[in-house]
Amino acid sequence: MLEQQLVNALSLGCVYALFALGFTLVFGVLGVINLSHGAIFMIGAYAALQVVTKLAFPLWASLIAAFFVAGAFGLAIDYLVLKPLRQRNAPHLIPMIATIGLAIFFNSASQGIFGAENLRFPSDLVPDQQLHFWGVQISVLEVAIIALSFALMAGLLIVMRKTQLGRALRAIAESPKAAALLGINVEGLFYLTSFTAAALGGISGVLIALYSNAVFPLMGQPMLHKGIAVIILGGMGDIRGALIGGLFLGFAEVMSVAYIGSTMRDAVAFGLLFIVLLLRPQGMFGKVLERKA
Amino acid sequence: MEWFDNFWQIYSNLVLTIGINALLALSIWLTLSCGLLAMANAAFMGIGAYTASILTMNYGAPFPVALAAGIAAPTVVALVIGGPTLRLSGVYLAMATLGFGEVVRVMILNAESLTGGALGLNGIPQLTQWWHVIAALVITLLILWRLRRSRIGRAFEAIKEDAVAASLMGIAVNAHKMLAFALGAGIAGLAGALNAHLTFFIGPSEYGFDRGVDILTMTILGGTGGLTGPVLGALIVTLLPELLRNFRDFRTMMNGAILVLIVLFLPKGLWDPQRFKSWFKRGRK
Repeated sequence: MLEQQLVNALSLGCVYALFALGFTLVFGVLGVINLSHGAIFMIGAYAALQVVTKLAFPLWASLIAAFFVAGAFGLAIDYLVLKPLRQRNAPHLIPMIATIGLAIFFNSASQGIFGAENLRFPSDLVPDQQLHFWGVQISVLEVAIIALSFALMAGLLIVMRKTQLGRALRAIAESPKAAALLGINVEGLFYLTSFTAAALGGISGVLIALYSNAVFPLMGQPMLHKGIAVIILGGMGDIRGALIGGLFLGFAEVMSVAYIGSTMRDAVAFGLLFIVLLLRPQGMFGKVLERKA
Repeated sequence: MEWFDNFWQIYSNLVLTIGINALLALSIWLTLSCGLLAMANAAFMGIGAYTASILTMNYGAPFPVALAAGIAAPTVVALVIGGPTLRLSGVYLAMATLGFGEVVRVMILNAESLTGGALGLNGIPQLTQWWHVIAALVITLLILWRLRRSRIGRAFEAIKEDAVAASLMGIAVNAHKMLAFALGAGIAGLAGALNAHLTFFIGPSEYGFDRGVDILTMTILGGTGGLTGPVLGALIVTLLPELLRNFRDFRTMMNGAILVLIVLFLPKGLWDPQRFKSWFKRGRK
């Protein structure tokens, strides 16, 4: 029984990690808490759903659609909202408030366009067979989610650590002004980051919609709240932290459902968040640069 | 005065809701004026609402006692969690207080014997009179106005501009932050208690993330520069859904769009005396 719980926790944790990767990327490079990431996630899921149901395309095409549609939204948000705020040098809470507005806007727009009801992907889209290993059950979709979240994290880490692009991004994270003086195309990389983060958000939207078998306008909100918990647990802006925080939250939730009761599931997530913030505000792995004087 | 009676019959709830929302907007304005983005006001409102309603419903407490408890309970909670929480700054504080809000919501949801769980509390006596709301708003405004002009208000301002510099000038930064946080919690609790005894019903989902965002929207929309801004913001945000009734499903979309546009184009909110002054000067030239 415990093995099964551990596998469930692993796939749930990877679901959270997938969502948190884009979220933490934007914070790491742009320094913005992007509270519209949940809406982007929802937009990705709806884009894929449209492609699958209206155009009858296969799953891979819908993933590509989600990637580009969500990415385009991310790019547009950066260009239309975040860029003017950057140029004005607005205090860092202002972009966060703007993204709250964006999230409300997109969530209720999709409610108006698609209706509030819960939509589903056609059931034959993903093979629903279960794989068995050593007495543990796992679905093909769960394997895909776990593999993808590890692969994405590894890919992002390699890009950040080993390539010229990653060095430029880290320089920007340190100080956009200094990076610009060094001849780095700061604005271009901001766009690239926003696009990538949103595109990853869109992909995770599709996978999680398949995983929980539900597409609805507010599907991003609970994920956003969990995402906040994850990046705080793992350390804000830390790519490894997104995966570790996600897994940690997944394990905590599955174990609390198994051994305490299902009603306390959300309390565990936010209780953990609260405790971590009090004890280690920089997250379990993060570093905070505090201004002393 | 017949037209007034008619008007009051239809719109009294709306008018009183404006007053209650103004209290909420002022409660978050107070923490913002000290440079703290604390998003726990919805949770404090919920604590106040539940405390007061449980007292009047289960224990038959008189309304003033219930109101006082509705102010006291969130203030005490704020004093307890403020110690560790207010060490955090900027976005970390916002996230921690959001997390706290979720913890409160889940706890209300799970304490079924006391709070009715997900079903909420039904049949709360409608004790809130129109003058209660007006009096609460006027007294709060008076206190905050006095506070703003006092040494404490100036200390808040200094902390908001630069906490490190303020502490070097001998301002007790943590104590002032705590004062703003606890006082804000008390005001939010008062608003919650009044609201509960106006609307007859309260449930845990009313005090979640969305309410917190609503409260923040009002203050940012109106402007954080003074006391007029939050009240104006509360007026607009409360009336907007009524005015936009024809847009139906797209109503809340407008709220979101307005929040974004304000942040982009009116960084100081609608009520910005300096902008008015500059308009006036340009007009005279």
